[in-house]
Amino acid sequence: MGGNGESWRQRFASTALIIGFFLLWEACCWLFHISDIVLPKPSQIFTTLYLRAPALWPHTVQTLYTTLFGFVLGVIVGVALGVLVGSSKTAYDTAYPLLVGFSSIPKVAVVPIFVLWFGAGTVPAVLTSLVISIFPVVVNVATGLATTEPELEDVLKALGAKKSEVLWNVGLPRAMPYFFASLKVAVTLSFVGTVLSETVASNRGIGNVMMVASSNFDVPLVFAGLIILAILGVLLYLLFAALEWRLCGWAMRKTDLAAMG
Amino acid sequence: MSAQDIDHPSPEAIVLATKPAVMPAPPAADAMRSKADLIDLEGVEVTYGRGAKALKALDTTTLEVRQGEFVALVGPSGCGKSTILKLVSGLLEPSTGVVIVGGREVAAKAVQVGMAFQNPTMLPWLSVRDNVMLPLKIVVPYKHQFRAKRKTEYRDKVEALLEQVGLGGFGDKYPWQLSGGMLQRASLCRALIHEPQLLLLDEPFGALDQFTREELWATLQDLWQTRKPTVLLVTHDLREAVYLSTRIVVLSARPGRVIDDTEIDFPRPRTIEMTFDPAFVGITQRLRGLIFNMRSQIGKA
Repeated sequence: MGGNGESWRQRFASTALIIGFFLLWEACCWLFHISDIVLPKPSQIFTTLYLRAPALWPHTVQTLYTTLFGFVLGVIVGVALGVLVGSSKTAYDTAYPLLVGFSSIPKVAVVPIFVLWFGAGTVPAVLTSLVISIFPVVVNVATGLATTEPELEDVLKALGAKKSEVLWNVGLPRAMPYFFASLKVAVTLSFVGTVLSETVASNRGIGNVMMVASSNFDVPLVFAGLIILAILGVLLYLLFAALEWRLCGWAMRKTDLAAMG
Repeated sequence: MSAQDIDHPSPEAIVLATKPAVMPAPPAADAMRSKADLIDLEGVEVTYGRGAKALKALDTTTLEVRQGEFVALVGPSGCGKSTILKLVSGLLEPSTGVVIVGGREVAAKAVQVGMAFQNPTMLPWLSVRDNVMLPLKIVVPYKHQFRAKRKTEYRDKVEALLEQVGLGGFGDKYPWQLSGGMLQRASLCRALIHEPQLLLLDEPFGALDQFTREELWATLQDLWQTRKPTVLLVTHDLREAVYLSTRIVVLSARPGRVIDDTEIDFPRPRTIEMTFDPAFVGITQRLRGLIFNMRSQIGKA
């Protein structure tokens, strides 16, 4: 039960920090008479969020849908590539420079190319979200596989297991914690990709809303968009953290799980 | 404390012990051996790496193991004992020579093998039961029915074996919830669950304390007597070797080769008390002398 109390205290501290952050922001705006056009007060942002909710909702759904679609595709491609790259030391060493090269390309630079190929709209947004979420997944899955203890593999090899059986029974489960760590990173990056693309070339989605709002000097609406993105990001992060806990609890036994035994 | 004395004999004891000549194997045994060999290493050599960095781990070695024998491999560290196990399990290919297991080359997998290592190597994401059940998921006659039987027949089979080694009721635990000795028992179960003809043990008790180790000797002896697999045991502990095996093979320092081959015929079941018997102590001392001599030769070279 001690562990439980600890986690409540932790949650309370996190919430207090978030609320404190907004209060401080509000106070600064009042104290230094900051103009709404430069930095709106949180109270103003949340009022805008509340009043414009019916109009913002479809855009939120659009962004969420685009992001998840791109993210899921990115994860599928990422896992496939990761297994390929992590399957042998040679493949790992050979493919790494190319992977790093691809990941170093600023994704803003890719959006115009996608627009050129597929036209403005949802497709380039999905693709940007996909491209941006691939890299962390590939690297982590490949690292998880490549660092599997040879002793664990020997257990199966000595039994005459096929390569696919070793991968399925040892490699992949062993790479799971790495995989979930990468999902948490990838899903937040995915939002960045979508919004980037929506900002440049789309007439729907939160990115577009923010773009239009800032050209109208409707700064509170721009910030309302930011808040929505932050909330979505946190929610998806929590979703994957919870999944990770359920599926990879064995790798995080240091905290609560050990007490269960 | 007398166990301690045996582990660290006085220098005089070693000088005395080195005197007896290598015990020749009886001719009758030789004839039998060629009939029912389960393992045959013929002129096997293993070299790791190439060119200037090449390291010869195992010098030309010929070794036969009969069906049903319990053979211990002893020798100084790095003499290629584990290399022999890897050869027999097919994890490693010889640089020259042939490894015949069950009448065919090892790659043919003619014989079902169970293996336990110095580290328990339990998969941390599986419960003890699922870890022990792993071979049934991989090995041929069992794997075809794995889905159908894993919650019934196979589960009972695992439970019975866990019970036999004193781990009854621990099936649902995860590896990190067990002590080192318990993990090593589970590891033995995993090596035996698919009823292999050949059991390969690579210093399975090396990391355990003296008392746990002695308990596990008895457990292993029981398992061997009830199931009668052929066993190849690599160990550093000479008392362990003499207590458990029917035959002890001594390897020289690297590059390893066989320098002594002794039959052990104390009656079974053997007990810990027997290990203090003068005849028993005599054998351990002689083996110790052989190994100690090799070490001092390396020191001079």
